[in-house]
Amino acid sequence: MRQLSPEDIEALSVGAWILGTGGGGSPYHALLNLRRFYNDGVRINLIDPDELDDDDAVAVVSIMGAPLVFQERLVDSRLIARAVSAMEEHLGRKFRAVMPVEIGGGNGMQSLLAAVHLKIPVIDADAMGRAYPEAQMTSFAVGNLAPYPLTSIDPRGNEAIVGKTSSWKWMERVSRKLCTEFGSIVATCKAPRTGAEVKKWAIPRTTSKAINLGRAVVEANRQHADPIAAILKAESGKLLFSGKVVEVERRTTEGFLRGRTVIEGLGENHGSQIRVDFQNEWIVVWRDGQAVVSTPDLICVLDSESGEAIGTETIRYGQRTTVIALPAAPVFLSPRGLDHVGPRAFGYDIDFKSVFCS
Amino acid sequence: MRCIGIDVGGTNTDAVLIDDGKVVQGVKVATTADVTSGVATAIEALHLSANLAAGIDALMIGTTHFINAVVQRRHLTKVAVIRIALPATSSLPPFTDWPAGLAELANGGVWQIEGGHDYDGRRFATLDIAAARQIAREIRNRALKYVVVNALFSPLDPSDEKAVAAILREEIPDVSVTCAHLLGGIGLLERENAAILNASLIALAEETITAFEHAKSKVGLNAPLFVTQNDGTVAEASRAAAYPVFSFASGATNSMRGAAYLSGLKEAVVVDVGGTTADFGHLRNGFPREANAVVHIGGVRTLFRMPDLVSIGLGGGSHVDLDAGTIGPLSVGYRLSKEALVFGGNTVTATDIGVAAGLIDLGDRKRVAHITADEVSGILRRCKEMLEENVDRMKTSAEDVTLIAVGGGAFLVPEELQGVGRVVRVQHGGCANAVGAAIAQVSGEVDQVFQGLTRDETVASARKLADTRAVEAGAEPASLALVEAEDTPIAYLPGNAMRVRVKVVGDIRSTRIEKTAKEKVACQSVS
Repeated sequence: MRQLSPEDIEALSVGAWILGTGGGGSPYHALLNLRRFYNDGVRINLIDPDELDDDDAVAVVSIMGAPLVFQERLVDSRLIARAVSAMEEHLGRKFRAVMPVEIGGGNGMQSLLAAVHLKIPVIDADAMGRAYPEAQMTSFAVGNLAPYPLTSIDPRGNEAIVGKTSSWKWMERVSRKLCTEFGSIVATCKAPRTGAEVKKWAIPRTTSKAINLGRAVVEANRQHADPIAAILKAESGKLLFSGKVVEVERRTTEGFLRGRTVIEGLGENHGSQIRVDFQNEWIVVWRDGQAVVSTPDLICVLDSESGEAIGTETIRYGQRTTVIALPAAPVFLSPRGLDHVGPRAFGYDIDFKSVFCS
Repeated sequence: MRCIGIDVGGTNTDAVLIDDGKVVQGVKVATTADVTSGVATAIEALHLSANLAAGIDALMIGTTHFINAVVQRRHLTKVAVIRIALPATSSLPPFTDWPAGLAELANGGVWQIEGGHDYDGRRFATLDIAAARQIAREIRNRALKYVVVNALFSPLDPSDEKAVAAILREEIPDVSVTCAHLLGGIGLLERENAAILNASLIALAEETITAFEHAKSKVGLNAPLFVTQNDGTVAEASRAAAYPVFSFASGATNSMRGAAYLSGLKEAVVVDVGGTTADFGHLRNGFPREANAVVHIGGVRTLFRMPDLVSIGLGGGSHVDLDAGTIGPLSVGYRLSKEALVFGGNTVTATDIGVAAGLIDLGDRKRVAHITADEVSGILRRCKEMLEENVDRMKTSAEDVTLIAVGGGAFLVPEELQGVGRVVRVQHGGCANAVGAAIAQVSGEVDQVFQGLTRDETVASARKLADTRAVEAGAEPASLALVEAEDTPIAYLPGNAMRVRVKVVGDIRSTRIEKTAKEKVACQSVS
């Protein structure tokens, strides 16, 4: 167990945004909430999954909804905490700790907000190792664990429990409907996990990973060093391409933000181009008609100067960007894992080949 | 039309007289701490004959006073903030993430009540009218005069903000209310921040505009006063005093509008190279393109109508390091006439390089004879790269653009740049900012959700409303032209709901002509 310092919190917001791989929502409002608590002297403890007992109960949390709505409704720490308490009431037992369903983006910090109110530690693990848009795109779904129950909470005292669904996809459909009805933003506590399940199926040490990444960026910028080199070094990433954005195309279909961006090479990449397709997150990188990187490998588009992540919603013409890949969680590399989050799960008829295997 | 345009900058105040669309005269005087005398001096420097002065139709002033007040944290008034969004958002109250010193100056108290709407137009929570009235009385008891009202999703449905503003006006007779929906779009905190900055500047804005009026009467002008806005138009003095944040970026905007006017171009990238910085902007249909992104002002995150600008440390006064081959970002600024080599100083500046390269003829050329041709071309090459990179940042597509180069440091812009089709230079480019003020038009804007109409009817009624607003703002009806129109269907609202944004601009109605016409009528009726 270790106590997270104020610097860890700041670094986490930078690192979680990088692991968001273009999506996951900005961590800004969650960070503002945490800064208030930290200014008041509150501290959060992070525990390793190995510290859990097999029969410990673990809460898995996230905020669901549309980014546009987040900008108005903001993030209120009590909401995510209420989602967890509602689950405790439903189950009739207390949670030992709380973990995020995804480390990428703002959701990578929601478990900390819940932890403050519930006075329990955060587990250094998540179920994606990045950000993904849907409920079945988790290591828990790959592990065929139960997808239910789920609590869905809005701030007006509307609380729903999804008692049972026949699959993760059904959980996605039903919980998405509730979310829309509640104003397209809800706090959710997903299917609770046992300590044994977390140890077997969660992706370990992703909060530490995000903090490391963020710290590498902050530290490099402070020393006027290259933040991208620092990121690659911190998490054995792979530099893919450096250039400027020359085209962005976006459309919203079936509740997803889909589109692509074309990046024209600068420096060493002068004279060539890549295309990056996205569906909320960056999904596939194309070069000369070939898919060179694809999900589940993490594709991160970074600001070439600051090393900060650039989201699929905000990328725009002229930005200087560097595209890197980070290794995917091993659980997604199995045939079953790829069924859930491989390129075909996003409608691309291509075989996954990791850039880290060659 | 005969107009005087004045741009009050940090260092210089520029003034021009424009008659019938032509620049008659331009002058530059030093900006003074006392607003009235600075503006009066600038007008006097134009040496208007009594006859000319009587024939002035309008006086347009652009000023950096208001944004400087925020940056320098001076002259700010305490503001009461009422947020209507409970039971949401309460863990991040107004003034969250403000620099501590600034928040202390502006925070007169915050209140949060229930109310507001959802993204689909449905009510989020019932407006707590009783609480609003209670708060209004508290604000009155605390003798606060400036109040911000900000409701959840108010850009989609401003009714709660309007209702609370009405209660405030009932309870506090001399209250000044800033409704956040009139300032910013979606983004509760950023919109609220813009509204708070606005409210805390109203007292200064009123005072400044009174000083402008005094300057006007001091020099014997009785033309109406307009203040230039972020979008390149002007607002009548009284409206400008109520919305000082809309004047924040008017200096750069005026330069861009002046560049458009002097070149006759409507689509181009503009670079205004001054003494310390080079400001880049993009003209669309003759107006600066909007930023549409978060803009930090004095350390505060805001989101409201601001031009998309990039500013870099490159200007005539920029320090040059001959050994490293670099230029800027430090500058000697207004001390150029003392510190540059050609003026007898000891600092190598961009101006010295310009003289050594034969691009300009200033000061004593012999004093830069020791700078080698290689050093000169190295610095100019670096300068070219900086310009190319930032022109490219302003572009929205890969095609070549036309670049208009204005400002005193425009000699640093070479004839050929990568990504630029041609470089355009204009007469009076040195006072493009004052020209931009003098030629500014008034606008009328609509940004609201319409329901129950066909698309054509919706667009037509929005246009009509925008026209009416422009005429109310002082536009000549016959001159109105559409500059922006955008309609977005809102799929989840019933009745063909559409959000429509329309903006029209028109020339300022000449009061002089009206007056003469009225006088004629009066004479006829007597005879």
